[in-house]
Amino acid sequence: MKKFSVETSLSYPKKGAMGKTGSWRVFKPILDKKKCVKCLRCWIFCPESSIHREKDDSVSIDYEFCKGCGVCANECNVKAIIMEREEAKKN
Amino acid sequence: MTIMIDTGNRIAAKAAIMAKPEVVAAYPITPQTTLVEAIAEYVARGEYKGEFICVESEHSAMCACIGASAAGSRTFTATSSHGLLLMHEMLHWAALARLPVVMCNINRVIGPGWNIWTDENDSISQRDTGWIQFYCSSNQEIFDTVIQSFKLAEHEKIVLPVMINLNAFILSHTSMPAEIPEQRVVDEFLGKHIAHWKSDIDNPTTFGNIIGPAYYYKVRRAMQQSHLRAKKLIPQIAKDWKKSSGYFHGDLLEYYKCEGAEDILLSMGAIGAESKIAINELQNEGQKIGLARVRVLRPFPTEEIIKLGKQANLIVIDRNISVGLEGVLFNEVKAALFGTSDIKATGFIAGLGGKDVTYKDIKSMCRKAIQGTSKAQEWYAMED
Repeated sequence: MKKFSVETSLSYPKKGAMGKTGSWRVFKPILDKKKCVKCLRCWIFCPESSIHREKDDSVSIDYEFCKGCGVCANECNVKAIIMEREEAKKN
Repeated sequence: MTIMIDTGNRIAAKAAIMAKPEVVAAYPITPQTTLVEAIAEYVARGEYKGEFICVESEHSAMCACIGASAAGSRTFTATSSHGLLLMHEMLHWAALARLPVVMCNINRVIGPGWNIWTDENDSISQRDTGWIQFYCSSNQEIFDTVIQSFKLAEHEKIVLPVMINLNAFILSHTSMPAEIPEQRVVDEFLGKHIAHWKSDIDNPTTFGNIIGPAYYYKVRRAMQQSHLRAKKLIPQIAKDWKKSSGYFHGDLLEYYKCEGAEDILLSMGAIGAESKIAINELQNEGQKIGLARVRVLRPFPTEEIIKLGKQANLIVIDRNISVGLEGVLFNEVKAALFGTSDIKATGFIAGLGGKDVTYKDIKSMCRKAIQGTSKAQEWYAMED
């Protein structure tokens, strides 16, 4: 892929093209692997591709890019994902 | 080389067509109309091979140029006054997207009251959009500046849009001779347009995507750096064009009889041309006065103004006003001099609404400034 030298708002198709969207998060999805039935609904519905699917169809959450929208928790039929308020960042 | 005796608008159109833009998109507005009509004539005669897009507004004209430029085309448009103001949002867009659109703006009054004569408030009010701004004073200069603007806009160190300003009617509708070089000379000078970034399905990118504060901060700084680089490139390109065509109208400024001057007059556009006659007569009367005509308002020629401020007292004539403050050139000249000079700077507002500013008026303003009888910021020849 050719990179342009002009400094303007061009984003290349790559991981994190929008920047570290995880910093936007107010509520954090917490996955309970014991409850997960590997239905992959969270993986299908995540708008930011922040649910990673493993070979055995288990899932994990990429907190670097997860914006905390809560769609995964809403879609999870067995309530294996709950939303928790982020702890206040230490200054 | 041929001599073309024609109006500023038609000579600007000739220059634009000779630069061979792939796309021209424009909407007519007095006093720019004859420029667009001239381009339409080139299309009708088959002399212009590019795409001429008739749009429904100036906002659309600039959008079409932005789209075409983002697709990798050389682009040109022209407008005036309210048309330029309607483009305002897209002027920022073209500059921030680093698209080298070239545009002629015919300096015309803003209404109400409705008025088609010249002053510079239209382009002055767009000076913070990131566009490079030239102000011309003759038809030959318009031709040469349009050609040079394509070179500047598309230069790898610049990649910014450029606006060439000419005064309504005084230049746009006044016939003057201009030397037109062979097409080959323009072709060799400009070379083929190379897009420094473009939308390309083989090299996909998202353009105008959301970017966070840290990236945006860099985008703004990059624009500023390109403007500062343009201060060095504009003189270089002007010299190169002189080698190709023989013509030189100054670079950031045009200096006229400044040697040994104790007072220097600063003005822009057509007043700058008229000022030469005033300077000749004042010198004949024994005044040590010269002229520095500001050709480029953005980037602002700070270093050159500082040099002038070390040599002479400055007299500034503005055909514009930042309402609530003062004339914009006067204000910016004083800002440039801050901390470097304690000379006297005198400002005049003149010619707003297209009021005539003759060489006699300019002489009168200069005399008042030299004698120290003018107000701090005087509205010249205001009839109460």
